[in-house]
Amino acid sequence: MTILSKFSWLALFAVLVAFTAPVQNVAHADEFSKIVQTLNTKSKKKLGKAIDAVVATGDERAVPVLEALLEGKLFYRKTDNQVFITEKSGKVYLLTDPSTGKEIGEATRKEAKKIGINNRLRGQLKGALGGMTLMSPDAEKRLKAANDVFKAGDPAMLKILKKALLREEDGTVKERMNRALAAIELEHAKDLQIRLLAVQKLGEYTDPEVAALLNKIIAGTKDEQLIASATETLSDVESSLASWAIVGNLFQGVSLGSVLLLAAVGLAITFGVMGVINMAHGEMVMLGAYTTFMVQEVFRNYFPGAFDWSLLVALPAAFLVTGLVGIAIERGIIRWLYGRPLETLLATWGLSLVLQQIIRSFFGPTNQEVGNPSWMSGAIETSTGLVLTYNRIWIILFSLAVIALLAVIARRTMFGLQMRAVTQNRAMANSMGIRSGWVDALTFALGSGIAGIAGVALSQIDNVSPNLGQSYIIDSFMVVVFGGVGNLWGTLVGAFSLGIANKFMEPYAGAVLGKILVLVGIILFIQKRPRGLFALKGRAVEA
Amino acid sequence: MKQHTDTILYLDSVSVSFDGFKAINNLSLYIEQGELRAIIGPNGAGKTTMMDIITGKTRPDTGTVLFNGDTALTELDEAAIANLGIGRKFQKPTVFEHHTVFDNLELSLKGNRTPFESLFFKLKTEQRDRIDDVLKTINLQDARNQEAGSLSHGQKQWLEIGMLLMQDPDLLLVDEPVAGMTDAETIETARLLKDISKNHSVIVVEHDMDFVKSLDCRVNVLHEGSVLAEGSLDLVQSNPEVIEVYLGR
Amino acid sequence: MIRQPFILRILQDRLASFILGLLLLSAFLVPALNLYVSPESALHVPSYVVTLLGKYLTYALLALSVDLVWGYCGILSLGHGAFFALGGYAMGMHMMRQIGDRGVYGDPVLPDFMVFLDWKELPWYWYGFDNFGFALLMVLLVPGLLAFIFGWFAFRSRVTGVYLSIITQAMTYALLLAFFRNDMGFGGNNGLTDFKDILGFDLKSDGMRASLFFLSAMAVIFGYFVCKFIVESRLGRVIIAIRDAESRARFLGYRVEYYKLFVFVVSAVLAGIAGALYVPQVGIINPSEFAPANSIEIVIWVALGGRGTLIGPIIGALVVNYAKTYFTGALPEIWLYMLGGLFILTTLFLPKGITGTESIAQSFENYRLKLARWLRPHDFPDLNKEPAE
Repeated sequence: MTILSKFSWLALFAVLVAFTAPVQNVAHADEFSKIVQTLNTKSKKKLGKAIDAVVATGDERAVPVLEALLEGKLFYRKTDNQVFITEKSGKVYLLTDPSTGKEIGEATRKEAKKIGINNRLRGQLKGALGGMTLMSPDAEKRLKAANDVFKAGDPAMLKILKKALLREEDGTVKERMNRALAAIELEHAKDLQIRLLAVQKLGEYTDPEVAALLNKIIAGTKDEQLIASATETLSDVESSLASWAIVGNLFQGVSLGSVLLLAAVGLAITFGVMGVINMAHGEMVMLGAYTTFMVQEVFRNYFPGAFDWSLLVALPAAFLVTGLVGIAIERGIIRWLYGRPLETLLATWGLSLVLQQIIRSFFGPTNQEVGNPSWMSGAIETSTGLVLTYNRIWIILFSLAVIALLAVIARRTMFGLQMRAVTQNRAMANSMGIRSGWVDALTFALGSGIAGIAGVALSQIDNVSPNLGQSYIIDSFMVVVFGGVGNLWGTLVGAFSLGIANKFMEPYAGAVLGKILVLVGIILFIQKRPRGLFALKGRAVEA
Repeated sequence: MKQHTDTILYLDSVSVSFDGFKAINNLSLYIEQGELRAIIGPNGAGKTTMMDIITGKTRPDTGTVLFNGDTALTELDEAAIANLGIGRKFQKPTVFEHHTVFDNLELSLKGNRTPFESLFFKLKTEQRDRIDDVLKTINLQDARNQEAGSLSHGQKQWLEIGMLLMQDPDLLLVDEPVAGMTDAETIETARLLKDISKNHSVIVVEHDMDFVKSLDCRVNVLHEGSVLAEGSLDLVQSNPEVIEVYLGR
Repeated sequence: MIRQPFILRILQDRLASFILGLLLLSAFLVPALNLYVSPESALHVPSYVVTLLGKYLTYALLALSVDLVWGYCGILSLGHGAFFALGGYAMGMHMMRQIGDRGVYGDPVLPDFMVFLDWKELPWYWYGFDNFGFALLMVLLVPGLLAFIFGWFAFRSRVTGVYLSIITQAMTYALLLAFFRNDMGFGGNNGLTDFKDILGFDLKSDGMRASLFFLSAMAVIFGYFVCKFIVESRLGRVIIAIRDAESRARFLGYRVEYYKLFVFVVSAVLAGIAGALYVPQVGIINPSEFAPANSIEIVIWVALGGRGTLIGPIIGALVVNYAKTYFTGALPEIWLYMLGGLFILTTLFLPKGITGTESIAQSFENYRLKLARWLRPHDFPDLNKEPAE
């Protein structure tokens, strides 16, 4: 009997469970729909409590309800005070039952009324929704939820947060959950020891939000021990935040440097090799950006699926377009002005006005829509407030690749050899049988082509308008002047030092004043080294 | 070693390098008051760089350069050195092409170098006479109102020498004065320089051996930035090292 | 060679004396035709035309100042707009103080924009500008001082050619950015405007406009004589020498940097005067005057007119600006093509400018002789017998 009876008890239990489960579920559903009905209240205080009650059910159907409430889509029907999730469709609302998720007809605007919320409730809802998704199978959603809970700082979340923490396996998410937990404990715990412990835990996070929270606590409490502890932790957090800010500045600086490098390197080539100041260089950049726009238009219209590849097509296209324009400029204008650098400067300035106006006539003066391919959008974000956008990272890599390519062209190809020969001694190169005229034309084409592909890169981070080139021309000149003429290495160092100097000056002096200081710095620098950082020395230079 | 008080120019262990290349290497050279000296040497020997150092265009890395035995030239700039009394003629004739021959000479007149003096300058009769004298000496009387840019190459060379004369310097540095001149002009230039050397110290840098010979003066041979030989032209031409340098490569 | 007296030499330059005569005549005639001829008459010159012409004349003075440094000393300044603007700001600050409590906010001391920015006190560098004499001094001093400091650094370290051009451009660009800042205390983006009067005379009155026109014309004539005196002096020959062979000038003992500094400062002061006359006529000064593009545009007036001629730049400034007014009104699309084309064609085909080109100067000359013969038949030789020069 014993074994049997035990067995039969077990069997009975199993049967009972099997039977009662759906019953329990039904009961649960009833309860859920009852609790949802409590959301129908005008009192914000009651509504807050009702939200907490909905959350406390732990039911997954609570999420769409709360979301609807947050988005202003939760309505009640005036006739029977029933709560519905609504979707506007023309002049009527489609009603969905919150407990079954089924559509159950429609209501006119007069029949349904929105359940209104205020900012405090909005915060509560966000936190609550965060809490609800803390156990989502998707790690990314859990991470976002943990961040939301942190921001909301709602003590109601404490329980669910702890539960989520126990089963969490992802390290990053866990860290975020701990942060949220510490934040809630710090803000709402009654026990001083717990709060002090929470301060310590928060001290491990280099995070601007943590710093803000600590600031708030310091301002809000009278407990001296807590203030002391929080103040100390805050200064730690802030100092490590400051060092991360330096990293951020460095990235911004390197990014600006890479942009300057791209814009200036073509200029450095034409100026270095030919002694030609090309004021229309910025317009070559602009033409490159418009080529990108045209290429993307073709992709949008004919190969929308391959849009991600559009830049790869735009690069050679821009190089070709601007390179050909470059040859035309060199043959048509510049070669008549060799040996008269100031006149060249003026003529190319005139050309820049004409090119801008041509583009303005064809495309209009407004910005053109140039898209980021998917592999260039988004960013690497860290908890420390550091955001590294992919497009900037790509441009940094791209600028280095361009420099490397140019170095290879200069050092390893016949054209590079001839180019260097002409740079060093034009007359001698001529007498060696190098056609310096052709070298000039091709050099100018190369410089312009590089400007064109710079335009492709810049179209990814800047507005594509007829004035695009103008905004870079003075900075590019500064890079060339600073780095020294006829030296790729000088251009590289010049671009990155100016970029970084600009970005490090910005937090102290502001963007504009920083730029002014950099300009004044260069003006003073050029007094000391009139031919730049990496100038050629000796007699030949002055000949 | 020579006492440097009786020298017009005294260079002692002067060196300068450009990007690691020693253009002048431990160069020592003394020119006496009133001396005419010729300096020869193959291309790249450092002749022009030496002139650059003396006239303040290039600063030497090390070494002493004294003028009149007591004034250190390494501390001064071109204008100060010129006003001390050192005149220089460039390798490529350099005159003010858009000015008349007369104006070129007038601008070279001794004294009156500050902007304000220039602004209210009026030419005096004796200064005009001086210009006329020099015009005669350099044989350009007929071209006095011609733009210097329209002169022939030889005439420009002379005009530049004339400008040096107007400066009335104690020391003249003359870089390749007969390059591109006809034989007749060369002979005439040699006569002119010898004439000038009667009351000035003159250093002539030249490639043309016949011309150097006709100057009949002491010669220095420069090679790789230092003095290889010194003496009369016959003496240095028989020096085996000099022969090696000129013919060996 | 005997140099003739200064004034006689100018009279010998026929184009110059013609243009200067015309300027002098219009200095009196235009105000007269505006003030004393009834509006119904065909001879009446409307006030807006007086002001427009006055504006052109300040540009002519500006072009003259650029020509002095570029045409004669080879310094291509792409930053002269900065000196012009600084002169303008100095004048604008005076007129701003003159508004007194008539501003929108009615503050007796602070200009409107300062009240708007909630400033409590006048910044120290605004002191003294309520005094007309002080303001005039600053019109000369501020551009002169900037030119002196900038030139001192640039010329001493022998920055020349395109390098110099680029850093002059950087200079005006830096000032552009600076003046855009509100906390600089110069009205930021909007600059200085809403001027009321100078020395108690209403700026909008016809009499004031005519006087400003008169002053502008006289300023151009004055500027011409100052420049002419400089370039005809020995100093002028030195700076031309520096332009053509800088190191030769050094080895002759000239301190090139001092000479450059002298003309650069004189030129900046002239540009400042031009700016000070410009601002009361257009009624506003804002940072856009510092824009590098403006400064380059001045250069094309000079290039088109003929650099190194003094009279050419005056003509160039008047011609280009008249064309600009006409075309930006009639065919705005076309103007930038024209301006761009002007830069290209002038440098390629008219390197000496219109006055430097024989045929045009000659046709002017023929026209002048014809006119003169018609006026005074006995004093002038027969045009057909005029020996070719």
